[in-house]
Amino acid sequence: MNTRVSITNPYNGPLEGDNAFAQITHNVSRIMEAPRPPLAWYIAFAFALGLLGVFGLSLGIVVWEGIGAWGHVHPVAWGFPIVNFVFWVGIGHAGTLISAILFLLRQNWRTAINRFAEAMTIFAVVCAAVFPGVHIGRPWLPYWMFPIPNQMGMWPQFRSPLEWDVFAVGTYATVSVLFWYMGMIPDFATFRDRSTSTVRRFVYGLVAMGWRGSSRQWHRYERAYLLLASLATPLVLSVHSVVSFDFATSQLPGWHTTIFPPYFVAGAIFGGFAMVVVLAVPAREFFGLKKIITLKHLELMAKVILATGMIVGYAYAMEMFVAWYSGSIYEQFAFLNRAFGNYAWSYWTMIFCNVLAPQVFWFKKLRTNVWVILIVGIIVNVGMWFERFVIICTSLTRDFLPANWGAFIPSAVDYATLAGSFGLFFTLFLLFCRYLPMVAMAEVKAFIPESHVHDH
Amino acid sequence: MSDSEKPLATETPLYGLIAEYDNPTALVHAARKVRDAGFRRWDTYTPFPIHGIEKDMGIRMTRLPWLVLGFALTGMAVATYFQYWTNSVDYRWIISGKPFWSWPANVPIIFEMTILFSAFAAIGGMLFLNNLPLPAHPLDLKERFRRVTDDKFFLVIEASDPKFDERDTRGLLAATNPVVLDDVLEDRVTSDRIPAPLIYTLVILGAVSLIPFAFIAKARAAKTTEGRVHVVWDMDFTPAYKAQEGNPLFGDQRSMRTPPEGTVALGQLHDDEHLYTGKVGDEWASSFPESLALSEATMERGKQQFGIYCTPCHGQLGDGNGIVHQRASKLKQGWVPPSDLHQTYIKEQPAGQIFGAITNGVRNMPAYGPQISAEDRWAIVLYLRALQKSQSASVNDLTDAERAQLQ
Ligand code: HEC
Repeated sequence: MNTRVSITNPYNGPLEGDNAFAQITHNVSRIMEAPRPPLAWYIAFAFALGLLGVFGLSLGIVVWEGIGAWGHVHPVAWGFPIVNFVFWVGIGHAGTLISAILFLLRQNWRTAINRFAEAMTIFAVVCAAVFPGVHIGRPWLPYWMFPIPNQMGMWPQFRSPLEWDVFAVGTYATVSVLFWYMGMIPDFATFRDRSTSTVRRFVYGLVAMGWRGSSRQWHRYERAYLLLASLATPLVLSVHSVVSFDFATSQLPGWHTTIFPPYFVAGAIFGGFAMVVVLAVPAREFFGLKKIITLKHLELMAKVILATGMIVGYAYAMEMFVAWYSGSIYEQFAFLNRAFGNYAWSYWTMIFCNVLAPQVFWFKKLRTNVWVILIVGIIVNVGMWFERFVIICTSLTRDFLPANWGAFIPSAVDYATLAGSFGLFFTLFLLFCRYLPMVAMAEVKAFIPESHVHDH
Repeated sequence: MSDSEKPLATETPLYGLIAEYDNPTALVHAARKVRDAGFRRWDTYTPFPIHGIEKDMGIRMTRLPWLVLGFALTGMAVATYFQYWTNSVDYRWIISGKPFWSWPANVPIIFEMTILFSAFAAIGGMLFLNNLPLPAHPLDLKERFRRVTDDKFFLVIEASDPKFDERDTRGLLAATNPVVLDDVLEDRVTSDRIPAPLIYTLVILGAVSLIPFAFIAKARAAKTTEGRVHVVWDMDFTPAYKAQEGNPLFGDQRSMRTPPEGTVALGQLHDDEHLYTGKVGDEWASSFPESLALSEATMERGKQQFGIYCTPCHGQLGDGNGIVHQRASKLKQGWVPPSDLHQTYIKEQPAGQIFGAITNGVRNMPAYGPQISAEDRWAIVLYLRALQKSQSASVNDLTDAERAQLQ
């Protein structure tokens, strides 16, 4: 793959600049400055646009026909849209985790990957927001969830977990965008100062807001960054906890468990990191970023995946144990049914993908092989999707009353919206790679040895 | 710009002096000298934040954290009060039988709003304190200064600093071994006016964006004889028939369907005649049904149910002097008093008949069958039997032990 692509890849040339700082600037800026991105970018972009079209079409059907176009049946009113929502929100956790929590823990290796992990977060949250937005049935009325004074004199019900969701995901999206944008200001300034065309200079100049790298400004900037990181950390932990409340505060066997918040958060980090590696491996390959996003970074991420995967595996085991220990026959049935009932295949797919597959990362040889990392990353994403499917479908199809049991069979529109949401995600991501600073240049520069001040 | 407008370079006042360095160490050493010389209006410019340069420059800690704290507390207070006011004052929601203000369920939103407000304060405050956005600056005219966002380090002392002296300051900077030392002139070239086309576009866009609102305002104020616009037809007019509506799809034109003959709802078979009607054959049963346990627990249950359903009229003792009777006989003439349940004819009635009286009502007494389950009705009868006995018991009815206790 390497050799063939490099023929057309404009990013594999030598780096300009006589010092390490200039080389970093050049390595990142040339992605935006090259007249044409590599062929692989065009192919991927065409594919993503096609999927985006599928997304638009299938959502159009749902909006026109009503949400019955999805495979919802009587006991399973949540189906794919909520599975997809939880899946995408989960993906959207790694970005802020890498930027905020690893920042607070002073894990400096994060600087190479934080920018595009943050971008990934935002695009994933965009994908996530679409699903409940359409699933409410009248997608033109989502503002009913916001406290807007109206002629009926009504207010939303703030004690509902679904309303908490609106605030948690809304706040998360806003804070992530702010965090992301603020991080990019100095890099936009770099783009502005390097640009040769007036349009580019104007546009990047506008978003750089007149940043000139003054130390007095850096001082406040860094304070603000630290504060945002400390705010984003509890926020990111709260978001998936709140999402898990949608389930945990209900009385359905298999949902009504206190383990959900931590288990969901661990799962989100796990799935999010898997998505980061899936994006990072091709991105560093095609955009010539191997010197910045090194194998060392990929290996560290593989370790995080291994660790969080074990937490998730522990949670699966604990769920089983608690069901048995609770003595509640409904709870026990729910879990036996998960493992051996009509959706057993999805349960064991989940166990394979989330618990067994990451175990290969115990071996240094395997966790430093990009192909292995990429494949395990994809498997974990599949597994995390199935985790949400298992939780939603097994519990809803088999609740307390046998008279109320049913089966969920997704419709073609279900599959199309799921596939289409990846189209939206990849379209946004590819545009980001091409036009925005994919690596936080200023932050990377601050951590190379040349940046140290020597006192003699 | 015509030539006459262009200011002559010599007339342009000095903005300050700029020194360029190619590594952070050189910059920091220079910064310490400038700090020690007591300058105030000066700054360093770097491609990335240099850690610890605050001390070398004598920068004091920013007030930003206090600002963020203030906003955090505001967000918390606003979210708390707003939820309190909307959900428990202005539009009360009854949720799972909780009090109108049950704050633990409001905490998630309070938390999220606290974070949201603080995040806005952090980035907004940073921009505000940093005086951003700042579109133009004298340094922008320096071609070399563009490398500041790439790999070069600069130190600028402004001419407006009280300590600034062109010759001395230049000497001070020269002693720090900069790569380049240069003058910066005030910016007399860049216009600080917003370009006219931009203003026109914004004004026009602003005006256009008001049009939809104008239509809404008109629709709300004006009267019309036409009904509202139905945007989503099948949601306003559902194709489903309502229970009492006519329905052309069925022969009898009714939407509500009668269940097929012989349908029995779950738990409604009622095949135990004795238990459900109080009769055996055509006669009132004189015994209690077999499925009823004649136990202490049933007696207790009967007492409780009697207390709920019968005492208002018949009184605690069953003598017909209940609270309803007391009040009704004062208010209304011709009120038929509830029977004294200790009358002999009632005492002699078979258990099934009393059960029947509760189930179907007697003369002026309403039926309680629909409200009280069959088992509970029997329990009441059992209790009533005990009650009747209690009002006419003699010493001989007691056991020896009980008699001994009384004496
Ligand atoms: C709304 C007041 C009211 C309540 C409550 C009420 N009764 Fe009566 N009951 C009456 C009245 C009035 C009569 C006399 C009816 C008549 O003579 O027209 C009566 C009569 C009776 C009689 C005599 C029937 C007969 O054959 O003469 C019995 C037994 C009796 N009640 C039992 C009960 C029991 C047991 C309950 C509790 C489940 C009960 N009642 C609750 C008002 C009430």
